[in-house]
Amino acid sequence: MSALLAVAHAVTGGAFGQHRGRLVLSVAAIALGVALGFAVALINAAAIGEFTGGMKTLAGEADLEVRGPRGGFAEELYGVLSRDPDVAVASPVVEVDARLAERDDALRIYGIDAFRAAAVTPALVGAADDSLDVLRPGRVFMSPAAAGWLGLQPRATLHVQSGVRDVPLVVAGLAGAASGERFATMDIAAAQDAFARDGLLTRIDLRSRPGVDVAALRARLAATLPPGIAVATPQENAMITARMSRAYRVNLNVLALVALFTGGLLVFSTQALSIVRRRAHIALLRTLGLTRARLIALLVVEGMAVGVAGSLAGLLGGYAIAVVVLRVFGADLGAGFFRGAAPHVAFDPYAAGAFGTLGVAVAVLGSLLPAREAGRAAPAAALKAGDEQQAFARLHHPVAGLAMLAAGVAAALLPPVGGLPVFGYLAIALLLVGTLTLLPWLAVLALERLPSPRAVPAALALAQLRGAPGQATVSLATIVASVALMVSMAIMVGSFRQSLDDWLLRVLPADIYMRAGATGDSAYFSVGDQQAIGVVDGVASVAFLRVQNVLLDPELPRVALLARDLPAADPGSALPLVGDALVLRADDPPPVWVSEAVVDLYGARPGARMQLPLAGRAQTFIVAGVWRDYARQQGALAVDRATYTRLTGDATANDAAIWLASGTTAGQFRERLVLRFPDAARATLVTPGEIRALSMTVFDRTFAVTYGLLAAAIVIGLVGLSSSFGALVLARRREFGMLRHIGMTRRQVAGMLATEGLAVSGLGLAVGMGLGFLMSVILIHVVNRQSFHWSMALHMPWALLAVLAGLLLTLAMATTVVSARQAMGHDAIRAVKDDW
Amino acid sequence: MLAGITLDVRPGELVAILGESGVGKSTLLNLIAGLERAESGTVTVDGVDLGPLADNALTAFRRVKIGFVFQAFHLLPYLSVARNVALPLALVGQDGKDAAARVRAMLAAVNLESRADSMPRELSGGELQRVAIARALVHRPAVVLADEPTGNLDPESADGVITLLRECLHAERATGVLVTHSRVAAARADRVLTLTADGLAPTVLS
Repeated sequence: MSALLAVAHAVTGGAFGQHRGRLVLSVAAIALGVALGFAVALINAAAIGEFTGGMKTLAGEADLEVRGPRGGFAEELYGVLSRDPDVAVASPVVEVDARLAERDDALRIYGIDAFRAAAVTPALVGAADDSLDVLRPGRVFMSPAAAGWLGLQPRATLHVQSGVRDVPLVVAGLAGAASGERFATMDIAAAQDAFARDGLLTRIDLRSRPGVDVAALRARLAATLPPGIAVATPQENAMITARMSRAYRVNLNVLALVALFTGGLLVFSTQALSIVRRRAHIALLRTLGLTRARLIALLVVEGMAVGVAGSLAGLLGGYAIAVVVLRVFGADLGAGFFRGAAPHVAFDPYAAGAFGTLGVAVAVLGSLLPAREAGRAAPAAALKAGDEQQAFARLHHPVAGLAMLAAGVAAALLPPVGGLPVFGYLAIALLLVGTLTLLPWLAVLALERLPSPRAVPAALALAQLRGAPGQATVSLATIVASVALMVSMAIMVGSFRQSLDDWLLRVLPADIYMRAGATGDSAYFSVGDQQAIGVVDGVASVAFLRVQNVLLDPELPRVALLARDLPAADPGSALPLVGDALVLRADDPPPVWVSEAVVDLYGARPGARMQLPLAGRAQTFIVAGVWRDYARQQGALAVDRATYTRLTGDATANDAAIWLASGTTAGQFRERLVLRFPDAARATLVTPGEIRALSMTVFDRTFAVTYGLLAAAIVIGLVGLSSSFGALVLARRREFGMLRHIGMTRRQVAGMLATEGLAVSGLGLAVGMGLGFLMSVILIHVVNRQSFHWSMALHMPWALLAVLAGLLLTLAMATTVVSARQAMGHDAIRAVKDDW
Repeated sequence: MLAGITLDVRPGELVAILGESGVGKSTLLNLIAGLERAESGTVTVDGVDLGPLADNALTAFRRVKIGFVFQAFHLLPYLSVARNVALPLALVGQDGKDAAARVRAMLAAVNLESRADSMPRELSGGELQRVAIARALVHRPAVVLADEPTGNLDPESADGVITLLRECLHAERATGVLVTHSRVAAARADRVLTLTADGLAPTVLS
């Protein structure tokens, strides 16, 4: 064993002793990737586990749930289902996200029949000193999580909004003690009355009779339910909501993998340079009898040690990050998927094992190529000075790289898998790795075509790069990867941000917007409210919008239905259309304009007929056009409001777009509105500017994790670049000493290094920018489209890219200046005497 | 530390300096080359007092007046043999046909004209040192400083290199200072000195 350790020390001792700084950096890079991936996994597990666990507790004994549009379906269905011979108990439920007074948030309120619910979903039934409180109107039972959140004790009053009016509810007790969810329950009739849901239900929970085949019951019921109403198990319904965040979570995981990849690249460059410096030492050991296989194994173990250290640090860091992030941003990381869940982080040994292993694997892979290169070198030749020029000489063949690029382009054209842009991610990976593989060939191609300068320092610099393109490639790889990631994310985020801003400008043409309730679905404007708003002094015109949610596919979330004033002759004046609108004929069904998500998820195309479940009936519409919608990932349908009211009898509205008369300010309007319409004080009034500012804030918050990951990856990549330059410069001290001996000034040597740095950085920048652009195109048109079902226009953030390019070149130059100073120290003169 | 050193070398003379390791032989060469400064006394090379010169001026002086032959050869691995030899000419601004002819002439003088396009890694140790000798003399320096030029060579190659160095110095009318451990190599010089802690002393080799 001591002999093995002695050999190991002979091989690896030089690395750990001489390259401490770069090794620490490599460990940090691996740690960052592992930490981020592990943190995202823990956060996901906590959020979904809490959410589905909460849903499971609330679902209780229910075998099946019947659900329809968010606004409700006719309660007569309850009678039909409760009389079904296979149904033991049917429990009707009214679900309302009630807007809270004096707080910009909503609370889920379940209206239940306490007797039925006790047999199916007992967690919903409240416990009170006076048991009749479960039947009394104006009484509500809070979950412990909700009571704690709102700071309400029994007998306190909860104020919620229905329409634009205040509805006070007295807290009679607690319900759902076993669930961590925030909700409240009340009597179903009282809920229907309080929230204008007369004759409507949101859900019916069913418990089957013993011995009944639930799947068969489900299939039989599904065939008889009215349009827009579906039956499924409670678990399936919970997973539909959980799946809404899947694309977002997968994106975060991919970003974590990107950070890990950067770490692997850093390990590669550190190992490559370290092994080049030790080439003669290694050749000596090979000459003395160390086998190729053992050498490769020892060098790979070196890399593995970095991976193990990085993974351990990353797992600890990841756990800490998960705890902090959940506390600050919440379970949905700011994206708004799991409102109401209050999860806790639990250490997951499987996720820890997976990400820890991934960290080690990345480090091992990063070491493998340099190790194999070291093993491949002929010992006799490697003992001679100058042989390090031959390092990585075999990487000049472009076939593998070109094949990967072609495969990447092909992968980008493939459809999503299970709703995820798997091939999109694969395309990006292939383009990145393919380009990196092509770098030696590209470096030789570019360097040979550069004109040979007359000045001696520049000529020597070019000669050095041409003579050792393999070494230049090691620095190039880090630069290209960092620049490509930087540029692709800058273009993608910049394009998205600009597209969102442009979209907001299109969809917010009015002077002021009024929403009955900013959150929840209990707030609305009645016909009378709408009339009152319309006659306020200073209003030039007003357009109302009604928002509903309809169920088109039981396996997908509900789709938003927007009923608004839409001129059929020019719908583009009201909607941000993508493509041309259909020219309608007189005998066509009423038109519906679908969002891009509806096209992707339901296959709707202009000219096709579409059945929409309205008022319990399937109404036929014709798809008249496609519009861009950044607000609703699950899809949106826009129909003319008059048509909607005619078909449903629903004349209420949720939002008002108000154009003010000339000379009337938003502030004046607000004052006049409240004077004439006091209940309007509960409504939310915002200007388009305020909506845009808020939207951008939400956008930036949603991308905060992306920005953080990107910044970390870039910093590591650029520090790795500095480190690579520094290592190469220090390795050539003897050369610089000789040049000083024969009469090159310090400035000339520095100029030589600066030229090398500039050439490598310039080439890396050019390749990285090109690759980054290609990656951004895939991110925009494939990954984003397949993940979130919306398109965006490509916007090049030229100013930002110029700044980034300038930063990189400046950093490269600064690094070479610093390295040159070190190299030109007095030791350089003496270095000509060094043999090692 | 060197002290009490007085060294006069006549133009065209080849002087060998012997001494134990660590006695300061390389430091002496560095003082002559202007790479280190004497704390007291004067260093005059080809009539120029190096003391008052600033670093850039010393570098410029070295570029024109001094040639070097190192123990470890120190050829640039990414330049061909011819371009390595041409490097001092390039540094003084000479290129074109005259420079190319001069390089060819020096390679011929060291019997390596046929290897002009070879890379350093393709040459043996003896060949590398012959290239280094050509590089040291291509710009017609006044003085050539050779620090252990045969240290990495076998005896036969070493003998050939010393012979060649002497012939080339004579042909170019350059002065040579040779630092060596090898008494065989030192014996080929016009004069042999031994450096000790007490200074430089003439030595007669038997």
